Amino acid sequence: MSWLLAFEVPYWGQSVFRVLGGLVAVLLPAGTIVYVFLFKMMSFMQSRLGPMEAGPYGSLQLVAEVGKWLQKEDIVPANADRKIFKMAPVVVLLSTFLLVAVVPFGPDAWFTNFETGIFYALAVSSVSVLGILMAGWASANKYSLLGGLRAAGQLIAYELPMVLAVIGVVIQAGTMNLQEIVVAQNAGSIFGFDGLGNPYIITQFVGFVVFMIAIQAELTQTPFDMPIAESELVSGYMTEYSGFRFLIFFIGEFATAGVFAMIASTLFLGGWGVPFAWFGWESVDQVDNWMNFAGPVIVITKMMLITFLVMWARFSYPRFREDQLQRFAWKVLIPISLVNIMVTAVFKVAL
Amino acid sequence: MTIVNDPLNAKLGDRERLSYIASQAADARLNVELETEGMTLNIGPQHPATHGTLRIIARLDGEQVVWAEPSCGYMHRGYEKLTEVRTFPQVTTLINRIDWLGSFANEVPFILAAEKLMGVEAPPRAQWIRTILFELSRIANVSLFLGDLGVQMGAVTPVFFAFRDREYVLDLIESATGGRFHPNFDRIGGLKDDLPAGWIQETKQVMRKMRSFCDEIESLLFGNEIFQSRTRGIGVIPRDIALQYGLSGANLRASGVDWDLRRDQDSPLAWKNADWKVFTHPDGDSFARCWVRLQETREATKIVDQLLDGIPSGPVMAKVPKIIKVPEGEAWVSTENPLGEMGYYVVSRGDVGPFRVKIRSASFNNISVVPWVLRGVYVPDIITILASLYFILGDIDR
Amino acid sequence: MPKVPGMIKGLGVTLKTMTRTLTKGSNTVQYPHVKEAPPVRARGVIALHQDNCTSCMLCSRSCPDWCIYIEAHKELAPPRREGGKPRQVNKLDRFDIDFSLCMYCGICVEVCPFDALFWSPEFEYSEPNIADMLHDKTKLSEWMETVPEAPELEAGADRKKK
Repeated sequence: MSWLLAFEVPYWGQSVFRVLGGLVAVLLPAGTIVYVFLFKMMSFMQSRLGPMEAGPYGSLQLVAEVGKWLQKEDIVPANADRKIFKMAPVVVLLSTFLLVAVVPFGPDAWFTNFETGIFYALAVSSVSVLGILMAGWASANKYSLLGGLRAAGQLIAYELPMVLAVIGVVIQAGTMNLQEIVVAQNAGSIFGFDGLGNPYIITQFVGFVVFMIAIQAELTQTPFDMPIAESELVSGYMTEYSGFRFLIFFIGEFATAGVFAMIASTLFLGGWGVPFAWFGWESVDQVDNWMNFAGPVIVITKMMLITFLVMWARFSYPRFREDQLQRFAWKVLIPISLVNIMVTAVFKVAL
Repeated sequence: MTIVNDPLNAKLGDRERLSYIASQAADARLNVELETEGMTLNIGPQHPATHGTLRIIARLDGEQVVWAEPSCGYMHRGYEKLTEVRTFPQVTTLINRIDWLGSFANEVPFILAAEKLMGVEAPPRAQWIRTILFELSRIANVSLFLGDLGVQMGAVTPVFFAFRDREYVLDLIESATGGRFHPNFDRIGGLKDDLPAGWIQETKQVMRKMRSFCDEIESLLFGNEIFQSRTRGIGVIPRDIALQYGLSGANLRASGVDWDLRRDQDSPLAWKNADWKVFTHPDGDSFARCWVRLQETREATKIVDQLLDGIPSGPVMAKVPKIIKVPEGEAWVSTENPLGEMGYYVVSRGDVGPFRVKIRSASFNNISVVPWVLRGVYVPDIITILASLYFILGDIDR
Repeated sequence: MPKVPGMIKGLGVTLKTMTRTLTKGSNTVQYPHVKEAPPVRARGVIALHQDNCTSCMLCSRSCPDWCIYIEAHKELAPPRREGGKPRQVNKLDRFDIDFSLCMYCGICVEVCPFDALFWSPEFEYSEPNIADMLHDKTKLSEWMETVPEAPELEAGADRKKK
């Protein structure tokens, strides 16, 4: 955050800013997603209005819900493994906070600028599986156990297509640094036309589709919501959780949705940037300072677009069966993404 | 030496043989020390998928069901016994509550049985209105099934569509009878009242809405590849098994048996005056059951439309004494209710109330096939199979 | 034309519903602010016309779950005509309906030979305590004001409206 350094902030001050920024970057999108999509869009798709009483158009409903959850009794089942049971939601939320650290929000507005940012992101996103497994195991409930095991199997199966889909982007950009991937997209051009930059959704469309399906599964949204599966497993690994521990799971679910949508928009839609040709910038050094403030807004807008797709599918589809899902991952998605990598590599070498 | 009763050599379906092998394997594994044990999963009585209080005890090997059995009776209300201490007019208000989604259809067979014993016949206008309301309750019932199907498979939207459009039908039933859920409109010898003015026009509009609802559900759910992969080939009930277990209604027709009491039985109701079709499906799987029900809803809207056009004029009540005493005798009347064949065996001893009533409700017989059909399936398929068999808890436990 | 995959069609249905809700309004109403009028025949609550009641107990006896409680005493009323004998009338002391037991079947309204009981579509009388659902004759008489006229009948009906 070099633009903050201009104010001569000491190192501890920067850390405080980073933590606060991380909290905002996780909780604000989560709240927006829950209100806009879960409360309102879902209701509109079902010919109803959704919450209308709390605040104008029910916009404060989430505050009311959080208040309700905080008031509830914190119940731990008698046979549960208490320590692990209490740790599990924190681990799930932790992975979200670790993820948001690498998302760039502007030319200088980033939390960390990893050289291997996307590699790190894919690695820490798997931490949530650990939390889910812990929750499923520690609950001492058969439904929870089944849900936890399903989650583990599903998330591991979909990690691979996700990684393979990202590799196409990495090959094309020639870097694993998310900031440089954004720059490469916005500074690029398609056959000499640079009005759109070169968002990888066009050249890596197959990769984008595979990535979207994979994050749908990674976020356990319908049609891949077997770990929760209300009608089969009651609530899967969350069955025994109530009160604020359930709230943490809930925030974790939608915050992860937001952060994954941010990563997807960074990888495929050009992230915080607008095509540099619009303002005549050549490289990231020439980008004006106001992009540090416009960048987060652009990222959030693109994130909402991606989340809209995720939620739209969620509200329209029934869910797969566990074995069908595994078959789909291993027999369809992974071969497709492998072919995608090969084609990308051939083009990269040939051009 | 030939081994009698060897399932591996007997003529069995693939699924059956697989489930036999799986159960043998599970048993063998149970006997080995330090091996994983089978898990007994107790689905219900309080479980979101059993829409009511049905309990299913399933022994699992991983996620595969080795053995499953439904355990019913958690909502037993003793209607057969209750009817013995009620007078005939009071009985209809009780039996409304058996299949609570298609209440009017419950009243009709009982009233027909009582009329048969008394030797009275309701006037034609009453019979037509009865048939119309019967089909409306079928539409209300099955449209909720179509939405519920989605929610059992994880799609949240169809159930809201179902509740939205079913409300139009319930409004119709309420404006004609006074009760949304429990009409209690049928009387021995006719109906309580005639239709209010403007009802026929309104009904025709609602029938158009219901047909577009069917189209919506078809493109949202039935056409969906995920839905098809979840239901096609899952929970197959062959024709002979369906007959052996006494299935009825759409579950039987989905197994390829062309049997519909509305057409096959000589009933005083007005179905014979409409031109309609009985749908069957050769597959017998979950998809077939859902598909047959969807087509039946469409067909029911057509029946209602045709009957509305030809409703005869006249009284809606035959001459019956004020205090109804049913002469001594026994009568059995069954009709094709939304869930299947529903019948009442009424025994009268010449009193104001029945001496004994035996209720044959469709769901109770329909779920008797559950232990057979659940063997060897996966846990998620339990839910789809139960959803496609479509039972109402009140109809099972009475 | 190639067949549109069912999954795309499904997305179309939800999108169409969303645009319809946004442009034409939802199918639901915001209950405490907007109220839908129930149909005229709706069986909401039983209203009592006290003057017509002769406390003949028919309703109480025909109720399937015995939720009507009637108590009455005999009284001498002034004669109808000049010089006649004073009439003996049944004076209603208690007419309670326990709406926590009532099944809303309408048999009592039907059997009443003197048109003392009526259905009203009024439905907002819930109570936090189940014991408060027992309503007495003054409360039941208040609901008399909400009783609507019986509706016109559909063409072809034989009986004139009551």
